[in-house]
Amino acid sequence: MPVPILKQSQYLIATIQSALTDEDLLALQTALVEKVGKYRSRGVIVDVTALDVLDSFASRTLRDIAHIIRLRGAETVIVGVQPEVAFAMVQLGITLESVSTALDLEEGLAYLDKKLQHARAED
Amino acid sequence: MKSLLERDVERDVMRSIGVSTGEMLPDLVEHLREHRTELREEWARRITEAKVLTAMSDAEIFAEATSVYDNYVAALETGTFEALQTYSRNLSERIIPRGVETHEVVGIVLLLRDVLARSLFAKYQADFQLLNRILDAYEPAANRIANTVAVGFVQERERIIRQQQEAIRELSTPVLQVRERLLILPIIGVIDPQRARQLTEQLLHGIRANRARVVVIDITGVAAMDSHVANHLVQTVEASRLLGATVIVTGLSPEIAQTLVKIGVDLGKMNTVGDLQGGIEEAERLLGYKVVPTPEIPSQISGRHEDS
Repeated sequence: MPVPILKQSQYLIATIQSALTDEDLLALQTALVEKVGKYRSRGVIVDVTALDVLDSFASRTLRDIAHIIRLRGAETVIVGVQPEVAFAMVQLGITLESVSTALDLEEGLAYLDKKLQHARAED
Repeated sequence: MKSLLERDVERDVMRSIGVSTGEMLPDLVEHLREHRTELREEWARRITEAKVLTAMSDAEIFAEATSVYDNYVAALETGTFEALQTYSRNLSERIIPRGVETHEVVGIVLLLRDVLARSLFAKYQADFQLLNRILDAYEPAANRIANTVAVGFVQERERIIRQQQEAIRELSTPVLQVRERLLILPIIGVIDPQRARQLTEQLLHGIRANRARVVVIDITGVAAMDSHVANHLVQTVEASRLLGATVIVTGLSPEIAQTLVKIGVDLGKMNTVGDLQGGIEEAERLLGYKVVPTPEIPSQISGRHEDS
């Protein structure tokens, strides 16, 4: 099932609705990378609230997405990781170290707003 | 005197036990009833001699011995153990808080078994065949009684231990909100893997429920930390970060700090501050709070400088 990607002012929001196959994940990656350029987005939010499992492939793909998006000049935030999922992930040694995270969509938006303000202040 | 119903029950039990041993049981019970006083006294004397149950006085021992004896005979007679089970559970409830040990309880039940067996030997020593049949009836019942009492005692003990563990566990892991979006988790005492796991779970749910952005974990009260626990702490920090919360660890004692460095825990990911006060100040800074002393301080609390 493909993941819908919504454009919200200068951000893209991808809400994962159900468990994804590896192909779906890669499709999400491609779509996000394309749309960031197309809409000149400054931030991307990937919402994983609905997922009760995040395996190593999914985690790696999320990390790759974050890195690629950064190269495209935008920020990525993963939001909505469930407590059980977080615990299981660190036990497997998956920590998504270089990726920003936030509690939920609202927090993720607030984080991006703040981040972009900082960036603008520095300009 | 026994009621008709009791006699019926007795007969049923006898039938179920089997005629050969069953027919001997009434003799046995008769014997135990007849010599109740002296056997009881003998037993209480042996208990005192063996120096078990030191937590109880002689009078108490005798009183308990009497009721145990009566329950014992009743169990032999009826062949049902529910009453004895209930009694031994009650007994355990009473004596466990006084520090009576498992070996003492098992010891006194075995003593009673011994006392009764000896009295049977004395009574039937002339007729070896009869003695054998009496023992055939006595042994299985007596074993089962000893078993019932001991198991009752141990179960009661385990129940108490479980209850206490539960209580300690619930008491020992408070996740407290001190400001909007700021949680503190003071950890006190020994952390075993199970508790560490539980702490993490509670913290993660706390973060979710309180929408926390910063968490201060204070480990001033933790005396020692091994690599397992240290790793767990690191995992907790990482898992919290996945939920979007920043963790500040405070109160690392010099010993723990040295241990962590020695066992090579990567502290790069951990945000550490010396004490809880510093941790909370740092957290407030991260959250954008600014603590300002008010100009007009009521005289009785002047000297303190906390906000509002």
